[in-house]
This record gives sequence, C-alpha cells and structure tokens, in this order.
Amino acid sequence: MAGLAASFGSGAMTNSIEDIATHAAVYLVIGSNTTEQHPVIGFRIRQAVKQRGAKLVVADPRRIDLVDFATLHLRHRSGTDIPLLNGLMHLILRAGLEDRPFIAERTEGFESFRAVIEQYPPERTSGITGVPADQLQAAAMLLGTNKPGAVIWAMGITQHITGVRNVMSLANLQMLLGNIGIPGGGVNPLRGQNNVQGACDMGGLPDVYPGYQKVTVEESRRKYEEAWGAALPTGAGRTVTELIPDVLEDKTRALYILGEDPVMSEPDTNHVRKCLDKVDFLVLQEIFPSETAPYADVLLPGASFAEKSGSFTNTERRVQMVQQALDPPGEARPDWLIISALARRILAEGRQPSREGKHAGWDYHSTAEIMNEIAALTPSYAGISHDRLKSGDSPQWPVKDPGHPGTPILHVGRFTRGLGRFTPLDHIPAAELPDDEFPMVLSTGRVLYHWHGGGISRRAKGLLEAYPKALIEISPDAAARLQLGNHERVRVLSRRGSIEAEAWVTDRVPPGMVYANFHFPEASANELTIAALDPVCKIPEYKVCAVRVEKADKDVSGG
Amino acid sequence: MAAVSLKIDGKTVETAPGRSVMQAARDAGIGIPALCDHPALPPEGACRICLVEIEGQRAPQPACTFQVSAGLVVQTRSPHVVAARKLVLELLLSDHPLDCLTCESTGSCLLQDLAYEYDVKGDRWRGRHHDYPVDSSNPFIQVDRNKCIVCRRCVRACNSINGVEAISIFHRGFNASIGFGADGPMQDSPCEFCGSCVAVCPTGALRPKLAIGKGRPWQVKKVDTICSYCGVGCKLTLHVRDNRIIGADGAWDGPVNRGWTCVKGRFGHDYVRHPDRLTKPRVRHYLLHGGKKRRDGTGWDWVETDWDTALEVAARGLCQIRGKYGADSIGVLCSAKCLNEENYLMNKLARQVIGTNNIDHCARL
Ligand code: SF4
Ligand code: SF4
Ligand code: FES
Repeated sequence: MAGLAASFGSGAMTNSIEDIATHAAVYLVIGSNTTEQHPVIGFRIRQAVKQRGAKLVVADPRRIDLVDFATLHLRHRSGTDIPLLNGLMHLILRAGLEDRPFIAERTEGFESFRAVIEQYPPERTSGITGVPADQLQAAAMLLGTNKPGAVIWAMGITQHITGVRNVMSLANLQMLLGNIGIPGGGVNPLRGQNNVQGACDMGGLPDVYPGYQKVTVEESRRKYEEAWGAALPTGAGRTVTELIPDVLEDKTRALYILGEDPVMSEPDTNHVRKCLDKVDFLVLQEIFPSETAPYADVLLPGASFAEKSGSFTNTERRVQMVQQALDPPGEARPDWLIISALARRILAEGRQPSREGKHAGWDYHSTAEIMNEIAALTPSYAGISHDRLKSGDSPQWPVKDPGHPGTPILHVGRFTRGLGRFTPLDHIPAAELPDDEFPMVLSTGRVLYHWHGGGISRRAKGLLEAYPKALIEISPDAAARLQLGNHERVRVLSRRGSIEAEAWVTDRVPPGMVYANFHFPEASANELTIAALDPVCKIPEYKVCAVRVEKADKDVSGG
Repeated sequence: MAAVSLKIDGKTVETAPGRSVMQAARDAGIGIPALCDHPALPPEGACRICLVEIEGQRAPQPACTFQVSAGLVVQTRSPHVVAARKLVLELLLSDHPLDCLTCESTGSCLLQDLAYEYDVKGDRWRGRHHDYPVDSSNPFIQVDRNKCIVCRRCVRACNSINGVEAISIFHRGFNASIGFGADGPMQDSPCEFCGSCVAVCPTGALRPKLAIGKGRPWQVKKVDTICSYCGVGCKLTLHVRDNRIIGADGAWDGPVNRGWTCVKGRFGHDYVRHPDRLTKPRVRHYLLHGGKKRRDGTGWDWVETDWDTALEVAARGLCQIRGKYGADSIGVLCSAKCLNEENYLMNKLARQVIGTNNIDHCARL
C-alpha cells in the first residue's frame, strides 16, 4: 500500500471491520466487489444499510451485487477513478463541506491540491468518467453531509498503472472530509488472500524487513545483520512482476517459490510461460501440482493450513491463531520445517552466519519459537506470542509490548508521518485503451465460489459444482451486435492471447466492457491481460486492457 | 443505564434494561428451552417452547420476547409451564419424521434434546403428516422440509445476517413451510450458500451435504482455526474425523465473523484431502542421473524421492546458480496463503541465507 504510506506514513486498513460496520454513516465502496470477494464484510455492509439506514455509494463500472443495496451507483469508466474522485472533491469544496479544522491542524499540501481539484468541475468530470453531473452532485452531498464516512476498496483501485495514485486520491478525500483517525471512518483497503497482510508484514517484500523497516535504511539493516549474524544486501530487490520477466534478460536464473502459482496469477500468461520455460532452476513448494509445476525442477510437498499451527494476519491487521487439525498426507511436511531444512543445507554449502547473531540459527522446534524471533525483531509485532493468541486474544498491530492492547484505529490524533499529506493528482489514462482493432475493455476479477488461480477452490467439490466453468460477462448490447446468445461460446482476443469460454449476457457489465476471471486454466483472463505496471509499486493493470470479442464458432487464424 | 434486578427461579438476577427474560436467564446461567430464539438473531416468539410464568401475568409468557423490568418474578420450571412445553413438543412431533436413527442431526438437534428432556415420544397424536421430497439439488445444502418446525431462524439469519432475503415461509397453518426465492430450489433464489441458515437450523431440515453420513457429533474432533480463503479472517471451527475435515462452522467468538462465514469458509475446505495432493518430494530425472536440463525426453520425467535427496538437490541447485551468477540472480516468492512464521522464514532465507532482497509474493496480483 505505497499510496497510503506516502500520504499517511503507513499503509494498511486504518479501522476495524467491526468499527466501520457499526459506526460509519456513509460508505464509499470503490473497486471492491465486496459481497463476492470479502463476503462476510459484504454481510456487514448490507446489515448497516438495512438495519441502521447507513448510506452506501458504490462506484464501479460493473453493476455488482452490492449495487442492489446502494443509495447511489456511480458507473464510471474503467481507469477514471482519479477524475471521478477529483470531481467529487470539487463539489464537496464548492459546497463548503470540507473539514477545515482537520485540514488546518493535521494536514499539509492543501493549497496545491486544491488548485488541481479546481480543474474538475462536473462538466469536465462527466466527460471523462461518463457519470452524469447530477449523480456526481448527489454523491458529493452523501459523502459530505453524512459523518463519519468510511472508504472501502480492493483491487479495483490498485490494479491500474495509476494504482498508487488512486489510493492517494482516496486518502485526499478522507482528509478533506476529516474522516481519518475516527471510529466509522478511515481508508480501508480490503486485502485479498487470507494472509497477504501477514506476508507483507513479515518482510515478504523486496524493499522492507519485517514490520516495514526499509532495507535501504542503514539502521534497520544493521539491526538485522546483527540479529542474523550475516552481512545483508543493501539495495531493494526486485518485485515478482519484474523477477519473472527478467528471466528473459538473464537477470533471474533461479526461483524458489512457496505456494504461489504465477502461471495463473501473473498477467500475460504466455509471456510468463516463456519465462518459466527458460529459467535455469525452479524449486516449487506446493500442496497441489499447480499450473506452475510443469516448469519446476524440484517439487516439495508442503502442508495445507489445516496441517500446521501458527498465525495469519487479516485485512484489519488482526493477528489470529491457526491451529493444526490434521496430519499432513503422506510425506508432506509443514512448510516451516521444509524452509528451515533447506536453509540449513544452503548454509552448509556456503557462507555460515556468525555465532554472535542472536537469531542467526535455523533450529526451530515450533512456530511459537519463530514468533518469538519475529516479536524480538519487529516493533509492530513486539507484543505477540502464541501463548497470547491461544488465550483467545487477537490484537491488531501495532502491538508494542505484551501488555499493549493492540491498535484498532490507526492515525488517531496524529499520522504516522506527522502531518497527513495532500497530493495533487491529475488524470492519467490507462496504458492500453480500446482502438479499432481491439474496441472493448477487458476487466478481470474473481467470483464468489472460487479463489484466485482456482488451484484450491476447483478442488473443493461443492464450489466446483456451483461454478464449474469460466464465464465471460458481456452486455446485452454487445452480445446483440455479435448475435451472441446467453451461454453461447465467445472468444476474447487481446494483443497477447485469446481465450474461449461461455458467455453470460448480463447488464452487470457496461456495453463497452467484458469481464473475465482467472480461476480456470483453460480460459484464464490472464492469457489476455497486459503486464503494464504501476511505476511505484509494480502492480499490473488487470482492470483495463483492450480486447476484441467474437462469437466462437467463427474461424480464427493465427490464434 | 441503571441495571434492572429481577428474580428468576428464586435467584436474583441483574441485567440491562431492554433485554428479554430469555437473555437475562441465559446470562445468569439459567437454561430456558428455546427453539426459535437464537442468541445471534433478533427474537421472534414463534415456537412458544420458552413459556415461563411471570407473577402478575394471567397466562404464561414467551421468555424470548418478554422484556425485563425491575422486580419481575419469573418461574421457568413450574408444573404449568412444563405441561405447556410438553404440549408444544407433542404438536411438533405429531408431524415430524422421527427417523432419528439415520437423521443427520442426531446429537445436535434441539427438538431431539427437548423431547428427551421432557420425555415426549411423539406418539400421542400421530396423524396426518407431510411427505415432501428431500431436495439435494444444490451442491451445499440438503433441504428436508418434513423436518422444518417453522421457527423462522433461517429466515431471520438470511435476512438479518447475510441480507439477501432468500428464504421465506410459504403457506399457512399446517402447510406452512420454508421456501426459497419464489418457492423454488435454493439455487434459483438469491441464495449465496453462506450456510448461515444451516448454522442456526435447530433440526435436520437444513443440513450441510458434504458432512452427510460422515460422523456423529460425539465422533467429531473440533478445532478452532482461521479460514484459508480470503483476508477477512473468519474464525472457523473445523469438524475433523479420521484425519479429514468433514465440516466447518463459524466460531461464535470470532472477532470478525461472530459465527458467520461465506460459502467458501463453510463448505470449501474439503480440498485439503483432494487426491491431487502432493505427498512425496519429486525431482526431475536429469538431476539424479546426470545429463543436461532439457524440457523434453526422459530427463524431464519426475522421480519421487526422499526428503534428504530432494533438499540436497534443491540446495545444490540454488548454490550453483549463486556461485555462477550471484545472489541477485535468485528470486524467492513467499506465500499469501502460508503462515506469518513461514513468511518470516522465507524473508530470512532470502536475505540471510541466499543474500538477496529479491523476495516478493502475490500481494500485487
Ligand atoms: S445459505 Fe445463506 S443466503 Fe442461502 S438461504 Fe441460507 S442464509 Fe440465505
Ligand atoms: S469464510 Fe469467507 S469471508 Fe470469511 S475468511 Fe473465509 S472466505 Fe473470507
Ligand atoms: S424460543 Fe421463545 S417463542 Fe420460540
């Protein structure tokens, strides 16, 4: 969440699920198909609307299910989030609904921000976003007059080349309205995977050690060098969206992959296959033979979540205990045991850490021991231990010491970086816009019954039965033009590949858009997606690329 | 607000104003039977099994809808209310299949428990009863309307917890029963298969299909853990028998989900025992028997091997690459599906052991 880090000094969901569910008077849900992607949070939003009359503004090009409960649906064009938000902030300022004391006391950069906002009057905003001016006005009033208000988003905001800027724009909005650091407010990015928050917290990123301590900051590096008893690399590393393409440049020669399936989850599948095909050495640790497995040299059988104990950190920074329920099948092993065994062997072949390092060793007997090491080296996890988690506590980080209760709301009274920073942001169009050859926009995502690359959910009997094959959403208009009936086969082509699947003719998608998921290898949307990256955080632009759509019985040449 | 003090079965109980007698009793550890009432749902007052005597009231009152007030004197077990409860049970059982031997709910059925407690056999008025076909046409939930007691728990769960309002009661009187959407099968209604209705059904009317025939409650080990699908982090209670997950419930003390889940959390965890699971380490043939790496021919065949060999081969391969091209030619991907502790180790392995900051995972994807 680089955008939040820049605006506030740290990047994570600022409020708790319980808090926004019970206290927000208005929700702006933008780029989050909450009822399908984070269903239990979707329940809570529906409850707030039905039971307490909370207002709900949904901004999404698609008519997602949550729209049925919305006070207002803004159906802006894909890739126009910044102009939409600028236009709303323009109207909020015009009506004098900004929180002046908050802006004066807790923020900086307001004037240059305001200068940009002034350039987004409703007429211009409507032109760029396709949202009628009266809807913009209504939305601005809903957000400006109902307090507190919570903003909720997911990958629909971040998976753009402007992902980081989109997030900053939402931070601008919430600072303008004074909705930060208070119950029922905040900026609330919903994280996708069960432990994506934890993987980030634990230093699973190229530029930070656990707890977001920068690898480029001398002091942090020294701390870990001392603890681990080894000299550590100085510059930030490369992201997954660089590491894999770099195989073709000979910059990446080997990969060790734990429980990830880049063939399914990375953009531009054809290109990913080419890269993995060329990599010199690939060690894959997995529970299933994934789509990436055919490229692996070594395949190590790991354990599922039910076969080991430890912790996950959810989207609201809550650390919770995962307890072993089953033995791993056959010779499969808990992953922490495999990683440590591999580490010991690599150390045996190469350099040895110094014995001085208090946490240099790899002889772990339990994940509880590993958590103690994490707590010792990670200020935001300093108060976490398995004993505490097992006693029924599940604190939200930062948890500064064993007696600290955790932090349900971030930035109360003060931002992590001191003052909150307004950032002036202008519209930047998507990397690949429709043209004559590829006249439609493709957006991608997931459905309720499946999960990510589908490797897991396709192996759950009921889920597969409920949603057995890929469906491509296409609007009735577009379908009529192609003489395409509901459930007929459709082919979608981009500059990078093509897929064929069954069409779902539905007005969930606007006329110029098709929507596809990446749960099924035989028709994965990532065959089509573009590897255009956000310049700062290198997120691919999954939500916009140009495609052509045809009825599938037509002959296709060169496919 | 000032606490309200009342007497239940002679015991003085303090509670907050606005609570029901049922809630006050529950908090004080006094059990009043309930069928339609559920702690996590709005009160309904439909089944009348919770009748209690309240001083000053002419007729017995349902404890679940009667609000407390100061000085209330409540009898929960007087002969009068016990007789009334027996009557309620007799009526319910007169149109109930009584196939407890094979019923999926045996051992976790409120009706069965109450019949046992009140010694009601259901043989008093056996007469006309329903014979609906059991509906197993959707992947997740078996619907047996013969066992529905019209307590409306499922209706309330769907309306007030999930919110989609997929269930209603159709028909009246003797024929009253649950139905989905416009009284069709569940899969044709707005149902999202979250299973909230199943979680609160007091009988065998709504049952999770995946668990059918797999074990009785007393044969099942329960383990609390966190869902493996999305970032919401619902706390689940897994039902385990013979080293398999046969079902899951939302844990009522889950700070995020408070007992509820979505379809994936409740019905999607059988994948851990899918036959595709990898159960033995494998390496490519060429790595054990020499020869160059080529992605065709027998050199690329998998060979199952022991852990020592596989780890040795993996470590050697990575070290060779590091020796030849430097640590930064290696990339490490950790996992948003794995534990914090494991991700920490991946970060330590990349930085301390291999010597690169090239570590990432699919946070961006
Ligand atoms: S499964 Fe969920 S959505 Fe479906 S009827 Fe039951 S409570 Fe409603
Ligand atoms: S039960 Fe559903 S909402 Fe809850 S964590 Fe699992 S996938 Fe997410
Ligand atoms: S439990 Fe009170 S009427 Fe049903």
